[in-house]
Amino acid sequence: MPDPVRSLALRVNGVPLTVAPGTTVAAAIMMAGAPARRSVSGEPRGPLCGMGICFECRATVDGTPHQRSCQILCAEGMDVRTS
Amino acid sequence: MSEHFDILVVGAGPAGIAAAVSAAAAGKRVGLADDNPAPGGQIWRSGTFQPAAARRWLARLNAAPLVRLQGWRIFDSPQRGTLRAERNSDCRDLCYEQLILATGARERFLPFPGWTLPNVMGAGGLDAMVRGGLPIAGKRVVVAGTGPLLLAVAAHLARRGAKVVAVCEQAPLRRIVPLTAALLGEPAKLLQGIAYGVAARGARFFTGCWPIAVNGREKLESVTLQRNRKHWDVGCDYLACGFHLVPNLELPALLGCRIENGFVVADDLQRTSVADVFCAGEPTGIGGVELALLEGQVAGLAAAGRTAEAEKLARRRKRQGFVHALRTASVLDPQLGKLASDTTIVCRCEDVPFAALREHANWRDAKLHTRCGMGPCQGRICGTAAEFLFGWSAASVQSSIRPPVFPALVSSLGASAKETCQSDGLPSAGASTGSQKEIL
Repeated sequence: MPDPVRSLALRVNGVPLTVAPGTTVAAAIMMAGAPARRSVSGEPRGPLCGMGICFECRATVDGTPHQRSCQILCAEGMDVRTS
Repeated sequence: MSEHFDILVVGAGPAGIAAAVSAAAAGKRVGLADDNPAPGGQIWRSGTFQPAAARRWLARLNAAPLVRLQGWRIFDSPQRGTLRAERNSDCRDLCYEQLILATGARERFLPFPGWTLPNVMGAGGLDAMVRGGLPIAGKRVVVAGTGPLLLAVAAHLARRGAKVVAVCEQAPLRRIVPLTAALLGEPAKLLQGIAYGVAARGARFFTGCWPIAVNGREKLESVTLQRNRKHWDVGCDYLACGFHLVPNLELPALLGCRIENGFVVADDLQRTSVADVFCAGEPTGIGGVELALLEGQVAGLAAAGRTAEAEKLARRRKRQGFVHALRTASVLDPQLGKLASDTTIVCRCEDVPFAALREHANWRDAKLHTRCGMGPCQGRICGTAAEFLFGWSAASVQSSIRPPVFPALVSSLGASAKETCQSDGLPSAGASTGSQKEIL
């Protein structure tokens, strides 16, 4: 049973995942083993810069598309979708 | 919606924190806007390890009477004295009498075959991800590129339990250790200790060495390294690879600040060429934490009208011989510009390969014909690479900047001039409903 104070439950592409508070959505996506996105020619891509510059980690967070997932912290019940 | 400040500071890294704290202590109404989840910038990013200076300044920030605008990303300056910022689907106008730009720096990336595969990241990039919760214990990491960050990142990752299998620096180590100390504000001796510590954990140091290819299908599986004429493969889980730092000049350029040799021109009191706009920290020259803190304080005091105190600090800076020592320190080996093959992607947003760019005469031409630099990062990654690969000076930001400097929601772009600072009106219907469509 995860400690409610010390862990957050979210879903990445529908799969449940538990992370520590302070974890970025980009880190959660990597933990889930998913590429953050597919490039315009279909290549898998993951985070590059980790600081909100490169836009490689963009994902749909709680229904809002194109969010830079490295700049967003995970929240309880969050729904993350990668393309 | 708009907010009014005597002094607005953009960027909450060391320079911005020092500027905001100093200006607030002088009794001004200060706003500190930053687009990261927490203050500290990239160098003081939260995580397990924080140097003493970081803890001290973050405590001062927490105690300072100022308005923190954390998570706000500035994308436009609709008129003089106003910056427009967005957070999630909120949009606000931030109005100022004096502006201090402390926008920091980012890593330079250079393309080579396979560099677009997942798990190939910047050196600072992987470090940031680990500080953001990515588990690294037991993972095999190759740290490569050039510049002071490499050693610091290798040390941090090793301390977090990563198996750093190799650190590949293109420049001689004797040049890198003092620079690392300058960048992080830590004594060189300590850094040398860290270097040996990393080595003791099994990492191998190579100088004059760099990655020439990353191998893998869906993600990185191994990296091919080159030293002299020798090539060899190293299996790893992550490649942390960055080629020193480049300043974030988009906002200074948008505001019309004079930029020379790739840096914002600032005088002794950190004043730029634009009235009431100051600049501090890495955008004025890559100088490291201590210099950024000093420049930030000078800018904060000068903007608050405490000129005598600002001048005193500026004199101290000269006395201590602070220089932008890192400006010329990491000269890239020309061979690094020849690593991309014809099919290697240079523009990651639009998947533009090296061969498609090579036939163009300049950045503008390449942009118009290939869409290079026209994706969401707006050339922040490929423009910097193209400057080095093709010598296209026009790839530099000042010649091509225009708003929005970051992709923004249609509703934010549509925020009407009526709600800017003069009228102080309510947000328009468009801004309050927050269309989810993003301009990419």
